[in-house]
Amino acid sequence: MKFDILKHTLVPHHEILSAEEAEKLLKAYRIKKEDLPQILITDPVVKAIGAKEGDIIKITRRSPTAGESVAYRLVVTKEII
Amino acid sequence: MITKSKKVINKVQFGLLSPDAIRKMSATRIITPDTYDEDGFPIEMGLMDPRLGVIEPGLRCKTCGQKVKECPGHFGHIELAMPVIHVGFAKTIYNILKATCRGCGKLLLTDDEVKKLREDYKKVLKMKNNTAAFAKEVVKRASKANKCPHCGREVLPVELDKPTTYREGGRKLTPAEVREWLEKVSEALGDDLRLLDINPEVARPEWMVLTVLPVPPVTTRPSITLETGERSEDDLTHKLVDIIRINQRLQENRDAGAPQLIVEDLWDLLQYHVTTYFDNQTSGIPPARHRSGRALKTLAQRLKGKEGRFRSNLSGKRVNFSARTVISPDPNISINEVGVPIEIAKELTVPIRVTQYNFEEMKELVKRGPEPVPPAGIMYLPGVNYVIRPDGRRIRVTPENAENVAERLEVGSIVERQLQDGDIVLFNRQPSLHRMSMMAHHAKILPYKTFRLNLAVCPPYNADFDGDEMNLHVLQSEEARAEAEILMKVQEHILSPRFGGAIIGAIHDHITGCFLLTYGNKVFSREDAMDILAAAGYKGEVKDKMTGKEIFSKILPPDLNLEYKAKLCTGSEEECRKHDAYVVIKNGKLIQGAIDEASIGAFKGKIIEYIARKKGSNAAREFIDKVTKLGIAAITKIGFTTGIDDEDIPEEAQMQIEEVLENAKKKIQDLIRAYKEGELEQIPGRSLEETLEMEIMRVTGKARDQTGEIAGRHLGLDNSAVIMARSGARGSMLNLSQMAGAVGQQAVRGERIHRGYHSRTLPHFKKGDLGAEAKGFVSSSYKKGLTPTEYFFHSMGGREGLVDTAVRTSRSGYMQRRLINALENIKLEEDGTVRQTTGEIIQFMYGEDGIDPTKSIRGKAVDADLIMKEVEK
Repeated sequence: MKFDILKHTLVPHHEILSAEEAEKLLKAYRIKKEDLPQILITDPVVKAIGAKEGDIIKITRRSPTAGESVAYRLVVTKEII
Repeated sequence: MITKSKKVINKVQFGLLSPDAIRKMSATRIITPDTYDEDGFPIEMGLMDPRLGVIEPGLRCKTCGQKVKECPGHFGHIELAMPVIHVGFAKTIYNILKATCRGCGKLLLTDDEVKKLREDYKKVLKMKNNTAAFAKEVVKRASKANKCPHCGREVLPVELDKPTTYREGGRKLTPAEVREWLEKVSEALGDDLRLLDINPEVARPEWMVLTVLPVPPVTTRPSITLETGERSEDDLTHKLVDIIRINQRLQENRDAGAPQLIVEDLWDLLQYHVTTYFDNQTSGIPPARHRSGRALKTLAQRLKGKEGRFRSNLSGKRVNFSARTVISPDPNISINEVGVPIEIAKELTVPIRVTQYNFEEMKELVKRGPEPVPPAGIMYLPGVNYVIRPDGRRIRVTPENAENVAERLEVGSIVERQLQDGDIVLFNRQPSLHRMSMMAHHAKILPYKTFRLNLAVCPPYNADFDGDEMNLHVLQSEEARAEAEILMKVQEHILSPRFGGAIIGAIHDHITGCFLLTYGNKVFSREDAMDILAAAGYKGEVKDKMTGKEIFSKILPPDLNLEYKAKLCTGSEEECRKHDAYVVIKNGKLIQGAIDEASIGAFKGKIIEYIARKKGSNAAREFIDKVTKLGIAAITKIGFTTGIDDEDIPEEAQMQIEEVLENAKKKIQDLIRAYKEGELEQIPGRSLEETLEMEIMRVTGKARDQTGEIAGRHLGLDNSAVIMARSGARGSMLNLSQMAGAVGQQAVRGERIHRGYHSRTLPHFKKGDLGAEAKGFVSSSYKKGLTPTEYFFHSMGGREGLVDTAVRTSRSGYMQRRLINALENIKLEEDGTVRQTTGEIIQFMYGEDGIDPTKSIRGKAVDADLIMKEVEK
């Protein structure tokens, strides 16, 4: 049986944003998709949740300063080529 | 001052100079290696040709007709007899050669692959990704082919023999052959050169092989005339002379049909000279040297490194209106002030614009001239050094012309007044590691020759008075002064962004003084109490008999309520209450507890922190000024001294310590015996030897702690050294136990000392001795004195410490430099995000919680305990 990495304590919660949510996010921060931090499509978690190139992933982490913190990542194929 | 610039830089384009461009921008061709003739005139078409610019004052440039200051200098050129590789592009050329076919010049990839790459390249551009990394990948893929997919030519492996020799299948390629190949490549690839990270509009690969060499203008390489009248040429000129000489010989030999071997040797020599002309530290070839043996400073050396053009001349700025001198302490000035010597104040000036409102005042000021005589009873009177008239003319004011200049003063002039009390200045001590290294102070003009600063600001500057020097800058504009006043003044930096606590506070004697004053229930006579309180600037009633706590309470804000453990406290709250180590302040009255480092110290002071947060920086500054003065007054009144006899301990304690040390040594002997007889129980994951060492280290550590404990038992709070250690003023109990008890085990690299001679540390011991003394255990105390062997071991341990600090500072300095370079462009936006200047988001909320650490409570957004206590009441 394959090990479910999403259940590991050190893996924070990842979630694919819907098109509307993504739109809202970009509007809220007044940015283009390219201005987001990126995550590789080969990332184990990205593969596990089945995100596609161009998707935006919402990551909810436990934070020592804020309790909970949210970050967003744009899924990209390999940086070069 | 905001001025709109006429031209805005949209982008910067880097490219290569084509041979034609070099010829076009050249003022003259250079053919002779000589510079001057016998009469000292520059030779035409020589390296100092007058058309390359003027260096002698009075003469006019032959190219542009301008004088020395106006003429920027003009390039010349050298026609190289044979092409040579430009070292700076050796790697790029290598990559192109690897990725292309020598036969047809095309990329060693199929048309389909190239088509796909073009698509990918567009994507890379759109994602603002690294095109250089893309090109690297293209080369990696293309160099895998062993047959050209276009012309079917067999591909031989290309190697780069550093720095500038290329081989194809083991056979050496001449620069001429390389150039031919590159010409083919630019022809065949065209716009596809972009896939190799080359912009064909501004750079063609074959230009990376030089056929013409630009000669920089003489202004770039000025010669110096020595006192003897002898001329000394710049390093670059020397190198260019070498190039021209060899170039000439190469030309002659080639034209005369000399053997191939000789021509090739000269060609290689020309390559060497051109290479070192660009970079004299190219690895793989010996650096070109001056006659004296000094390596020449060529083009790359001018730019590179700390002393290079960028770091030294462009990033580094030298400024006017600044001063530097030795610092010394002055407990009588505020933390917001800095004492400036009169001599310095007379040099530094503040510009003041003359208006109709201050006209008369300014007139009087100018009348004083640069050296006014202060009236009796006043030490210093600021004068005026310069007056700048509305037309921009700068007039130096002298005692003779002062009257005259004052009469002719107009509205709109600027008067440069000498520094006076209250002027805001910036004060700085290197290394400027954090923002508190440069703070704004109000100047206070004082006699003597040192800058004076309050002792409480030593911690943020990390300053002491063993010869430290500091810099001072006088602000020159109203905006700068306002900004400094609001943002940079010392009192605005009492709370540090480093840990959200006070960084400015009482040190050393201030703490000892306050501790002596407040510990226990000392009672002071009315006279003593008045002396102490007067020093702190207290005005008000004084009772007949006052306890120290009552005196201290007088400087606390009346509505202060705090409860916390003092530094003195070692155990539980209950335990501490009994020993006056639990501080309770109610309505501005110190009810119980001694005031020590935890209350008022820099880095730790709870009271300072609380006042700074609740009452603002002004109140905190006042409190620090008062508490330091109070501490000094108290320690002066009570009296305080320390000496080596503070470490005297009774005979019986001495005996106990010796017994502990004896026991430890015996235990170590037992361990060694057990080890030798194989009875030692091995710790999992350790070898037998390691186990023994660990056990011994444990025993020695315990022995030192025990001796310290015994010594500590006999050293109470009636002992000056202990008062300092326990109140946090200076030193620690460990320092004391090393002085009174035993110094303990010395270590190098965390292990007992084991290096030195063959199987022993010193010739005083038997080979293979594993005992305590032979491996660096110091059972003497500092007071008793160390034996010669102990002294040696102690020095070994001490040296390691010194080396570690030296290494640590240099390494952390470099690390910080790299961090600053990486982070200098990121900025906190209004919406709480941290972004690159280009708009890319780095953090969605600053520090994840959006909290300014300066305003946090030791890193936390709220102090829940304190709020609970306040609500309870």
